[in-house]
Amino acid sequence: MVETKIREYTKEEIKEIRKTRTPIPEQDAVARGKNFEEVALGYTEEQALREANRCMACKKRDCVAGCPVEVPIPEFIQLVKVGDFIGAAKKIKEKNSLPAICGRVCPQENQCESLCTLGKKMEPVAIGRLERFIADYERMHGSGGGENEKPKPTGFKVAVVGSGPAGLTVASDLAKLGHEVTIFEALHKAGGVLVYGIPEFRLPKAIVQSEVDGIESLGVKFDLDSVVGKLYTVDELLERGFDAVFIGSGAGLPMFMNIPGENLNGVYSANEFLTRTNLMKAYLFPEYDTPIKKGKHVAVVGGGNVAMDAARTALRLGAEKVYLVYRRSMEELPARKEEVHHAIEEGIDFKLLNNPVEIIGEDGWVKGIKCVQMELGEPDESGRRRPAAVEGSEFVIDVDTVVMSIGTGSNPIIPNSTPGLDLNKKGYIAADGGGATSKPGVFAGGDIVTGAATVILAAGAGRKAANSIHEYLMSKVKN
Amino acid sequence: MANKILEKRILRSDLFYFVAEASELAKKAEAGQFVIVRADENGERIPLSLANIDPDRGTISLLVQTIGVTSTKLSTLNVGDEIKDIAGPMGHKTPIEKYGRVILVGGGFGAAPLYPIGRAMKEAGNAVVSITGARSENLLVYEKELGEFSDKVLISTDDGSKGHKGLVTEVLKQEIEENGADLVIAIGPAIMMKFASLTTKPYGVKTLVSLNPIMVDGTGMCGACRVSVGGKTMFGCTDGPDFDGHLVDWDLLMSRQRTYLAEEKKAMEAYTRGSAPSS
Repeated sequence: MVETKIREYTKEEIKEIRKTRTPIPEQDAVARGKNFEEVALGYTEEQALREANRCMACKKRDCVAGCPVEVPIPEFIQLVKVGDFIGAAKKIKEKNSLPAICGRVCPQENQCESLCTLGKKMEPVAIGRLERFIADYERMHGSGGGENEKPKPTGFKVAVVGSGPAGLTVASDLAKLGHEVTIFEALHKAGGVLVYGIPEFRLPKAIVQSEVDGIESLGVKFDLDSVVGKLYTVDELLERGFDAVFIGSGAGLPMFMNIPGENLNGVYSANEFLTRTNLMKAYLFPEYDTPIKKGKHVAVVGGGNVAMDAARTALRLGAEKVYLVYRRSMEELPARKEEVHHAIEEGIDFKLLNNPVEIIGEDGWVKGIKCVQMELGEPDESGRRRPAAVEGSEFVIDVDTVVMSIGTGSNPIIPNSTPGLDLNKKGYIAADGGGATSKPGVFAGGDIVTGAATVILAAGAGRKAANSIHEYLMSKVKN
Repeated sequence: MANKILEKRILRSDLFYFVAEASELAKKAEAGQFVIVRADENGERIPLSLANIDPDRGTISLLVQTIGVTSTKLSTLNVGDEIKDIAGPMGHKTPIEKYGRVILVGGGFGAAPLYPIGRAMKEAGNAVVSITGARSENLLVYEKELGEFSDKVLISTDDGSKGHKGLVTEVLKQEIEENGADLVIAIGPAIMMKFASLTTKPYGVKTLVSLNPIMVDGTGMCGACRVSVGGKTMFGCTDGPDFDGHLVDWDLLMSRQRTYLAEEKKAMEAYTRGSAPSS
């Protein structure tokens, strides 16, 4: 047993610490702009205990309602308070299979933390940081065993398409219920967006690998380099003896603006830019074979988390100047506040209320990006104020690299190869709240259903689909 | 892991023919499709055309021309070794139907995918003429293989050591003028496909080309393989690889193919240093 010395806080001390949340140690902003190591370093035990003691353990438990997978937050924080970190980890894992990941990349400020009772008067409890601390503690100190008792095999086989957060969650949940699960992953590495999209400095790949290893240890098989829709169709998986199929293939089709110059050398989709860097490790070129253009002056177009990731990645690849071009204002910027804050700290130049109209080239290469200034009018259907171009306000930013990070659409490979699978208007798979699609035995969840969203929403969809799939399979026994 | 190499043939100092175990892929793949290959753990993902598909034996064939690091690494693999990753089949199959008279144009590396396509075209009842070329007779490959299904194989060499002295496009022009054609399929370096398309255009002969832009995932996820066809941006991997050669923006393709020339050179130097025997 690991002895943890518990610092007990007096009432007066608790009153005092409640005023401000415990800061998380971070790499210095200048130093980290030159490396790919994690920005936030994580709480120490002392810091975690201090932060846990800020929780009022209120009856309202609004934080839980703010969590897409309903992690029992007050309960795990109580366990942190008494120093039972492994117990806290087990408590979180009752609801969330990927705490080390969610603790790092969840937009807690819009979810659990936004509803924290303490947060109404003071800063909310840093729930995400505590989740991360607990998950990291468990990974480093071992889980104490016990939770890997082999469930009784049900004899059912489930195919999971895609090994991102949705697929990993479905696979983990179903394996724990005794189903035989195989994950089919198109790429050569498991993890989906967690390995190709989210950068190392926000989510170290070793942590993703450890979660993947954990799921493999439950008996889940990983079939890598297997493109469902090409190598096997969904129908063929059903014919081959899988009793159910879960599609969690993500929103993998990059969008472009359809402006002149977008096919010049030096224009990347965010997907390509991040995949080269993260999955293929182009930042370690030529130790790794995959190259990337290391732009000196880079413009990233877009305002989401992916845009922040791309901008901060460009900086770490060695750019002298990185611009973030976004057509609305700071207020509408959809990225997480923490990411925006980090990006500003690191020196990313936010060109807000600007919209690209052309990418200017010379001899086939990007030379600049022509933008037009925007002003905000009345709110549109999304509730955000609609931007409109200011006539005659065009100007050019000199850049050699442009990264388009304006969203992704539905990848057509699975929809086109799966007859009977209904899609919605935007081309995503139509599924009910439990992930059931129009095709019997076929379930779907995550970005392929909702369009690009967050890791935790995909994981939440995975959890719900796992329950539906389990019910579906068990109903087959009765018949 | 599968992907075990069962056969290796050195066709030329820079051309290697591999037969690899890939039973699921061989069941599914069709002429004109390609795979994404990685040579080792640090390797890049590159697209390679399928040079043959044998569902009965459970194998696929790849023709590798040593150009960069990945192809050089692949060329060092031997029978019994495993290719780290083979993913596919990617892209659409070539539309095989009875067109009438089909002319295949390909050189070296580009002749590889013509083999399964040509055979399927022949089986579909077409008359098939193959045109292939090289700088010189001793660099000519695939003549015999193309002969397996072609009604005739026409050769051109730059130095005239075999067949027509000159370019494959000149042979193509002559063949169309003399015997006509209902479909031309040109596969090879972009410059060859460009000029083959320019050659057929005045005759109004439909011309399919198999584009080879730079790719990463090969599943439509990254968009590296953007090509412009008929003024529209398409993805080489999921919309192709076959396109109407008369509509392709060849200069854009060739420009984009040069994106990483400097890096490729650097990588090759690093690889050569690293793999050189220490003496």
